[in-house]
Parts: sequence; structure tokens; C-alpha cells
Amino acid sequence: MRYALHRLLQAVPVFFATTFLIYAMVFALPGDPILALAGDKPLPDEVLHTLRERYHLNDPLIVQYGLYMLHAVQGDLGQTFTGQPVSELLQGRWAVTAQLAVTAWIFELVVGIGLGVIAGLRRGGIADTAVLAGTTFVIAVPVFVVGYTAQIMLGLNLSLFPTAGVDEGWPVSYLLPGMVLGSFGLAYVARLTRTSLIENMRADYVRTARAKGLRRRRVIGRHALRNSLIPVVTFLGVDFGNLMAGAVVTEGIFNLPGIGQQVFQSIQLQEGPVVVGIVTMLVMIFIVVNLLVDLLYGVLDPRISRG
Amino acid sequence: MLAVSACGGSPAPATGGQQATKEFSVGLTEPDHLTPGNTSSSYSVTVLQALFDTLVVIDPKGQPQMRAAESVTSDDQKVWTIKIKPGQKFHNGEPVTAASFADAWNAAAYGPNAWTNNYYFENVEGYDKLNPEAPEGSDTAPKPETDKLSGLKVIDDTTLKVALTAPFSQFPITLAYTGFAPMPKAAFTDLAAYDVKPIGNGPFALDGEWVRNRQIKVKKFDGYAGPRPAKSASVNFKIYESRDTAYVDLRAGKVDLIQTIPPASAGEAKRLLADRFVATPSGTMDYLGFPVFDKRFQNADLRKAISMAIDRQAIVDAVFNGTFKPMGSLVAPLVPGYRENACGEACVFDKAKAKALFDKAGGFSGTMNLYFSNADPSYEQWMTAVANQLKDNLGITDIQFRKIPAADYLSTLRAHKQDGPYRNNWVMDYPSPQNYLQSMWGEGNRMGWENKEFNDLLTQANSAASMDASIPLYQKAEDLALSEMPMVPLWNWQDQAGYSSKISGVQIDAYSPNLDTITVK
Repeated sequence: MRYALHRLLQAVPVFFATTFLIYAMVFALPGDPILALAGDKPLPDEVLHTLRERYHLNDPLIVQYGLYMLHAVQGDLGQTFTGQPVSELLQGRWAVTAQLAVTAWIFELVVGIGLGVIAGLRRGGIADTAVLAGTTFVIAVPVFVVGYTAQIMLGLNLSLFPTAGVDEGWPVSYLLPGMVLGSFGLAYVARLTRTSLIENMRADYVRTARAKGLRRRRVIGRHALRNSLIPVVTFLGVDFGNLMAGAVVTEGIFNLPGIGQQVFQSIQLQEGPVVVGIVTMLVMIFIVVNLLVDLLYGVLDPRISRG
Repeated sequence: MLAVSACGGSPAPATGGQQATKEFSVGLTEPDHLTPGNTSSSYSVTVLQALFDTLVVIDPKGQPQMRAAESVTSDDQKVWTIKIKPGQKFHNGEPVTAASFADAWNAAAYGPNAWTNNYYFENVEGYDKLNPEAPEGSDTAPKPETDKLSGLKVIDDTTLKVALTAPFSQFPITLAYTGFAPMPKAAFTDLAAYDVKPIGNGPFALDGEWVRNRQIKVKKFDGYAGPRPAKSASVNFKIYESRDTAYVDLRAGKVDLIQTIPPASAGEAKRLLADRFVATPSGTMDYLGFPVFDKRFQNADLRKAISMAIDRQAIVDAVFNGTFKPMGSLVAPLVPGYRENACGEACVFDKAKAKALFDKAGGFSGTMNLYFSNADPSYEQWMTAVANQLKDNLGITDIQFRKIPAADYLSTLRAHKQDGPYRNNWVMDYPSPQNYLQSMWGEGNRMGWENKEFNDLLTQANSAASMDASIPLYQKAEDLALSEMPMVPLWNWQDQAGYSSKISGVQIDAYSPNLDTITVK
């Protein structure tokens, strides 16, 4: 408990440091977001003045950040340059990204560990070679190529999945994008599981377990696999960051109105408050996920929590 | 592969239920606003054209036709009388009157509202009072003393008088722009709410909430008394982040109409959709502008030589699949008064003549920077082609690209920070040569080009007795701009739309997708 509390307290300085950094970076981007609003058409000076004042764009960076945080702690994340409240903008989007990430994660976890176990137990066999070749391919090909190809082949030509959008809800609309997004992590999970399992199968404790006359299933499931999953769990925790980065591309290809799409749009439009709002939430989630991963270590290997 | 087989048995995505309601869907990019005075984005305008009837519309020949208005007349091109057809209603039942227009225009022109279309009203009398300038040495403008344009006078329920600051022969045609649409009294109690739930006077009314980044639904308005009642029960605007995805969805039968097929897919779409592929020349033009304020670009012959060294057709074929039209005119072909190759030989590719003229002008030394924004990958493609042609045909070897973030591009041009040729683009507001010439070559232009004769010709044309009488004067002004060539015309865009076999009666033109004419099979 103390450990968990300590980790949570660490989050406070991380929170302020990251939000300020992000704010400063967006602020430092070249260009005038207000002028960009109007496209090729002129905006009268009066309109420019009004908008700059409304968004405090004439104030120094530190004042802008202070005002932003002052409102943020009261639950007001401000407005976009088109006047939409940021909190309203993000409301539905978190759900979309969460569903996408969960789908991708389940896919990575189930299929990745499954493939890793199959490959690890039949080292050098056809299945092992196939998994190695397949995962190499997936890691080498950029996510947008995988995405567009899957969309055209599985979505359009074979009609196995919806091509885009979230009309069919979870899980149907999220299966294909989830698999595309999870494919990269899946390759790593499979390989980590495989290597780790091969090593553990040769370990003394496995030999002991076998010598005791335990059934093969139990030896693998209770002993070898449990230990082999420690690096995999670490990876799945860290992989959350990758999922978010991949979500920007995947959500674009499959037209999912999620956070990734919003981050991309907002950076282009230099919507500082939106970017900071999203990144703050991401930092919080990241801290929580990593905390969970640390706690899970203890479950997999009791020595870690005692030591 | 577990997940694949788990769902392999499920049928193709269901579209059931839509047939029964006679609904069709239109692919759209997320609009910014839905208040007519506060948006100029083409996506918003597509929705607004379904929700609102403007006073005037433009027919495919580029001529104004009355819609909500009975007549728009003037004796002196300065004071205009607008008669409104009686008996029109907003979607909430409120009658459409002269005041509905005056209220909407006042709100758009009122500086503190900071609406995008504010500048459309700058030629109405009293605009200055609504947009006071900040005093010397201050950033803050004082609050306007009034929120009403003195030039707008509601005579009675169906008569509106508009006094302009100067004669303007093109005024009727400007009224077709959705920025001039009327707003009901109900809008002004809560403008923020109205922006996401607009109440219009058109053939379709909003149906439910605008679900951000997903959809905007509109349904047929039963109380509509105008000339274009909707032929379908409802339209669902499905919002897409990328044109490519929308196109895939059209092929998959999940969206019925998309207005922008990506140029790279044009060939395939033509083949797959056959007569359901619609190409419409648009009013949008690309130009190459010169920083005339920079002394290295002050020689008109040098600018002409660069124009003649560009093989427009080759670039159009390579980058835009041959869909755009190379231009030798400053205005788009659909604009009344357009002349094919008004530019003459200065816009015709001729390597030998270009080189000769270039040498005569003294050539170019040092680095030539080419400016464009990163908003679209095709900008870089065609700029690279231009650079190669300048290299091959004129021998300019030192060419650099200045690719600027989209958000910074226009402020760079506005501040005259470009020191080389740059991409310039004009999206037409209304089909008048004035819209192009005054906006792009008129006072305060990006090139820093000043020509009194040109400005005088525009003033004369603006005060001409009729639109027909104004055309020859605009053409004279165009000739002048072409002879000095501060900005080179490149090509005219084409919009490529496609639709599913589920709908018929599609009549897309450069001014509107005319969604009211579409029927669901």
C-alpha cells in the first residue's frame, strides 16, 4: 500500500512538468492559429483582436499556462478556437480510443502469448519458423501499410469487417482496426514469450517439476509460463504508449473518432489547450498502467513484492 | 487469427433500415460551425445549403436566379432594394421576413462576435461603427457603440433596403453565398446553442444533435414552401477524417455520395463507378505568385519567362491524373467573362522563347526559394515539378524549397516574408471576375503589386450600370494584370464526386451538391 501511495505521489510533479512542457512546445510552434482559421480569406483586424484576447494569445507563456491550469483544476479545460468546449470535444473520444486499445491489447495478449507458446514448445519446427517469419514481417511493415491493406482486403474485398467508422459498435467495428493496431505489439509479445519460454523450459526448476512426475500441462502452465510472462507483462505496460502513437494512424485510416485523431488535428491547428488536456490525461493513465504492471510482478513472482 | 475466424461467419455490414426511411448518406469532413455568418469552410457550406435558402442562387451558367428573394434591384448600384417572397417559414414555424436577414447580417458584421464572414459586410454603410479600430498604441479596440449596420433598413416584412459605401454591380450575385442566409429570432437568445443546432428556412431541417466527428442528420422539412422541396426523407452526413477512407466506404456501399474523390483514385473511380462518377470544373484556381516587393523579381519579363518555362499540361497529367485544366486566364472558366487564354503566349509553354526572354531580362542569380504549405502532399509534388522545369528550361540551378506549416503559411505571405515564388490559391466565393481580381490583385495584395490603372478599372467595373456592362471593364483589368504578371495562372481545379447505385437524380454543380434533387431508389 505504501508502495502504491508513494508511486501516486510521484505523479504530482510529473503532472505539472509534463503539462508545462507540452504547453510550452505547442506555444513555440510557428504560425498563427487564429489567422489559419480563415483559410485564404482575410480576417478583419477587429476579429483578430477579439479572438486573440478571448484565448489570451497576447499574454506571456507563463500567464497563459497559469490561467489554463487555474481553470483546469476547476474542471474547465477551455475552448477550442472554434468555440467548442474541450471537455465536450473529448467526451465521446476517450471511449472510442479505450475500446480500440482494449481490443488491440486483448488481441496482443491472447494471440501473442498463444503463438509464442506454440513456437516456443516446438522450437525449430514449422510452426516456430512460421511465427518467426510472420512476426518479422509485421515488425518491418509500417502500420499504415498494414492498415490500408487490411482495410481493402478484409474489409472491402472480402467484406469480413466494416471498412471504417464505428456504426456497428464494439466489438464488430473495432476488430479490424484493433488487430491492425495490435499487430506490432503482438509480434513482440509472441517473440518475448517464445524466447523466455525456451529459456525457462531448460531451467532447473522445470526439470525438478518434471522429475516429480507432474503432468506436462501443469509444468508448462504453472511453472514455466508463469515465469516467462514477467518480461511480457513489462512489455504490455510499456506498449500502452505505442498503442497511443499507433492510434493516431489507425484511427485516421479507419475513421474512428478517437483521441489519436484528435491529437493529430489539434497539433495541426495549434490548439494548445486541447493537446495539453489530452496529454495530461495520457500521462495519468500511463502512470496508473505502470503502477498496475509493478503490482502484477508481485503476483507472478512473489519474491519481487517481498524484496 | 482467432478473431478473424470468430467473425468470419457474420454477414457483410448491414445497411438495413435505411431503405425503409428513404435516407441516403453523404461523406463529409467535420464542419467548424453551422451558423451561416460564422463559417466559410466548404464542409459547413454543404450542410448549410441543405438547411438554408439564400436570397439568390447561381445557375450553372453563373447567372443569379431568385430563390428566397422576389427581386434584387438598384438604380445606382449603391442602394439596393431586396423584395422577399412572402409565406416562407423557418423550421420552427417563424416567418422569414426582411428582419430575419437584417438580424443575421448585423450579427455577422458585429466585430465583437468575431465571426468568420465579418468582412463580407465591409461594403455596407455603417460597417466601420461595428468594427472600431484600436486606438494608437493599444491592442484593444473599444466596444462598438452600436450593433446595427446603418445601411440596413427594414421597410416592411418583405422589403429590405441595403445602402453600400460605393456602387457595386456584383451585389446580387454575392447574395448567393450562405454567409448571407437569414436567421430566426429564436437564434439570438442563445447563439452558441444555435451554432450546433441551426434553424434554417431550407428544404431540410436538422434532425437531432450534431454528433461531433460522427454525423449530422437532416430530414425533409414539411413546412417548406420554396421552389426546391426535398425528394428524399432524410440525409445523413457521415463525417470522415480522410478522403481515402470515405472513398473506400463508397466502394463498400456504406456511404452514398462523396464530393471529393482523391485525385490518385480518379482513374479507378471512373472505371468502377462509370456514369456514377461526376467531374465538375470548380471555381478554385492555383497560381504562382511573385514577391514583387523584392527587387530580384521586379522585372516583368523575368516573371513572364518563368511562366513560359512551366509546362502546365505535363504537371497536371503527372500530379492530378489529367483532371485539372491548365489555365491562361486569371479567372476560372465557369466565371462569366472568362476568355480562353486571355494571357496569350506568356502562359503557353515554349522552352526556347522562355529562355530567350529570361536571358534578355538579365537572368536570375542566387538562390530561388519556392514557398508552399504542408497542407497537402500534392503541393510538394507540383512544386518539385515546377522546380525541375525551371532548372531544365531556364538553367536556374540553385532552387530551394520552403515548405511551411499550414498554420503559418498565410501569415508569412501576409507579412511579405516570402522571398521567392509561392503557391497561391483562390477558392471562389461567387462567380464574378471581381471576386478574383479584387481579392488577389487589388489593394494590399500579397505580391506587393501596385497599379493605379488596375484599381481604377475595378472601381469603374464595380459601379457599372449592370453586371453585363461590368464584364468588359473587368477584362481590361485582367489584361493589365496579365501583362505585368505579378502572379502566374497555373490550373483550374476539378471536383470529382461519386455516388452509389442506391440514389438517383444527382445534380452536382460548382455551386451546390443540390441534395434536394436526389431520390433514394
